[in-house]
Amino acid sequence: MIRDWILLGIILIIAIILLTIFPDKNEAVTNTVWDYLVEMVFILPAVMILLGLFAVWVSNEMIMKYLGKTSGVRGIFLAIILGALPTGPLYIAFPMAAVLLKKGAKISNIIVFLSAWACIKIPQEMVELQFLGVQFMLLRLSLTIILVIIMAVLIEKIIEWSEGKAATM
Amino acid sequence: MNATAIVINVIAVAALLMAFIKDRKKAIKSLKIAGKSFIRMLPMVFIIIIIIGLLLGFVPPDQISKFVGEQSGMTGVLIVGAAGAVLHIPALLSFPLAASLLEEGASVSAVAAFITTLTMIGTITLPLEIKELGKKMAILRNGISFVIAIIIALIMGVIL
Repeated sequence: MIRDWILLGIILIIAIILLTIFPDKNEAVTNTVWDYLVEMVFILPAVMILLGLFAVWVSNEMIMKYLGKTSGVRGIFLAIILGALPTGPLYIAFPMAAVLLKKGAKISNIIVFLSAWACIKIPQEMVELQFLGVQFMLLRLSLTIILVIIMAVLIEKIIEWSEGKAATM
Repeated sequence: MNATAIVINVIAVAALLMAFIKDRKKAIKSLKIAGKSFIRMLPMVFIIIIIIGLLLGFVPPDQISKFVGEQSGMTGVLIVGAAGAVLHIPALLSFPLAASLLEEGASVSAVAAFITTLTMIGTITLPLEIKELGKKMAILRNGISFVIAIIIALIMGVIL
């Protein structure tokens, strides 16, 4: 946290030095900074409010309850939805995934859940929509979902195969 | 304010109103969490915006497109993908950065690779992932994620 502010100070000093040496770039840089700042101001508070609401209303226990008892296509679908809910950074999801695995949840479901948590988060999709447009966002989202499911099944097969081999040895 | 921003703000306000009607205490707690996360993110927001400003102001578009544009091809996509995997930028802030790179002549593939590896792969969180889920699963997940991020990027480059 403090580190980020120090970094900001350093970047700010670099920017001021650069703009003093090259005053002709001043207008282009300040215009860009202003445009992006305005766009962020319009969208970030709303995204943060949604994050806060989900963090309070959807508990980790709730997610684990639903994820632990379903399997098959429904399980994968649920893993995507639950992972996509705006509920905090990825490192929170690791211990949840570990507990679910110990309880016997399918490896593929857990991989889908973790990947959805990492890169299909609803607030992320909103900001992506804002900055990169609907075509980019929808295409990347659908490709990600398809490939994450393939990856999850693949990892499950690899782990099962390697454990099977270890067991017969 | 564009349509996307308006829709997101309307959703947020509606959700917040509903929350207050349902449970005042929980709603206030949500707002506190929202405020805290916003303040925690604020310096990073400024840092990224200043970097975008300097990038667009000082680096000429032909330089950017040489490294990560159409003509850089597969190498460009791999380099940006690797950068995304190593860098630790909040996912929410990777999108304005990606938009500025696109504006400057980066290819769709490179930008898609950057965002996808940035969000999917966590080198900083990898030790924790190994501790919780075991070495095999963590390395498989991060490794294969890199491969599928590149596949996603290449397909997007072909379609868009």
